[in-house]
Amino acid sequence: MARQVFTQEMQRLQDEVLALGSTVEYALGDAVRILKQRDFEESRRLMANDWQINVRYHDIEQGCMELIATQQPTAGDLRVIAAMIRIATELERIGDYAKGIAKINLLIGDEKLLKPLVDIPQMATKTQGMLHRSLLAFSRKDLALARTIPDQDDEIDDLYNQVYRELFTYMLAHPETIEQGNYLLWAAHNIERAADRVTNICERVIYMITGQIVELDQSSDELRVPISPSEVEPVDRGS
Amino acid sequence: MSKASDNGQFVIETRGLDVYYGDFQALNGVDIQFPQNSITALIGPSGCGKSTALRALNRMNDLIPIARTEGEVIYQGHNIYADDVDPVEVRRRIGMVFQKPNPFPKSIYENVAWGARINGYKGNMDALVEESLRGAALWGEVKDKLNESGLSLSGGQQQRLCIARAIAVKPDIVLMDEPCSALDPIATLRIEELLQDLKERYTIIMVTHNMQQAARASDFTAVFYVNEQTRTGYLLEYGATKELFTNPKNSTTEDYITGRFG
Repeated sequence: MARQVFTQEMQRLQDEVLALGSTVEYALGDAVRILKQRDFEESRRLMANDWQINVRYHDIEQGCMELIATQQPTAGDLRVIAAMIRIATELERIGDYAKGIAKINLLIGDEKLLKPLVDIPQMATKTQGMLHRSLLAFSRKDLALARTIPDQDDEIDDLYNQVYRELFTYMLAHPETIEQGNYLLWAAHNIERAADRVTNICERVIYMITGQIVELDQSSDELRVPISPSEVEPVDRGS
Repeated sequence: MSKASDNGQFVIETRGLDVYYGDFQALNGVDIQFPQNSITALIGPSGCGKSTALRALNRMNDLIPIARTEGEVIYQGHNIYADDVDPVEVRRRIGMVFQKPNPFPKSIYENVAWGARINGYKGNMDALVEESLRGAALWGEVKDKLNESGLSLSGGQQQRLCIARAIAVKPDIVLMDEPCSALDPIATLRIEELLQDLKERYTIIMVTHNMQQAARASDFTAVFYVNEQTRTGYLLEYGATKELFTNPKNSTTEDYITGRFG
């Protein structure tokens, strides 16, 4: 086979990206499950394990840089490597969002939750599904799949807006819940951002397959809901 | 017609270029337009006809008795293979630098002055030699030893001397047949940097076996390939280098430049 060493290393790195993706996918689901169960020990464990995600991300980045430096990849190979660097970066960030949710569990402390968590776990489950399918699209080079996944981001956004409205109502009616309400909002926000990261992954998969850079998420990257009741229009921070 | 760009001026183009060596067809139906003041790299596996195509651009194949060329090479609106065209004049306008540095066993000065002298140059020869050596980024290294033999220089310097010799006759186009293949990496990089200066004044068309050199140094790349049955070479894909090396149109190009085969 031509370029056996190169081909083997490319395969190893693609496997590493998929393994990192799987780890991050579970971390996100675990973080929300742990929040729901109010398990502090598990939260601490999840936060401590984040370094493993970072190490694997750095390993992928380093491996890609070494391939570029030593093998001079071109065309489709080069696009796969560029995609792997970007996808690993997105995965590492999703890992940080999971860690952030675990930290929120600790910050809320012994306080009873305002309400049973329903929408936030649902957001997490949907985001996990999107992430899983985006990695399938990456491994199978499935263009059609990569193009359809970002559409599901709207469902996450709808759930996020629902959580937002609900928590806001709580906080207005019961000012003593503002602190916890804010923490839960941040948890929901982290998941919403994770879903945006999945959209970014899909964009990289499309670039990897077609060589075309596309922007699938046309909305603002940041807040998508009014930040105060007086504001009617969503805040666009221009990002 | 293979176009690398829809915007630029084309200085030379081939139309249905076929080249034969006796009964063997080395090159089939090459249509290609070379943009002015740019560097075009011709790449492809051994035996694909890229050097044959290069030599066809200044009738260098005429020097091979069994070689026969069909089709047209249009330069400044004229077919250089037309009966009334003087091949010597063609080669003055379209110069060539070869794979192995080949300075004459004469002084550095005479190596550069030679071409102009036989063309009857009447101007200031000292000025022409200096200008040409400066153009080849060699002046600083040889200005104090112009009377020393060209063969006393290093390989990289000899190749730049050959480039100075080629540009001393004021060509429009400089053809280069693997100009760095006999040079070390440092000398190679100097030539590649020099090419970027040269293209301001000349059009460079270069055969290279080194795909990374094509990627680094050229603006446009033409990929030649070979028909497995007939062993005849043909133009596979032609386009902007950045596009070709990141997103080639042809799957065979992709396989070739990524090292899958070839």
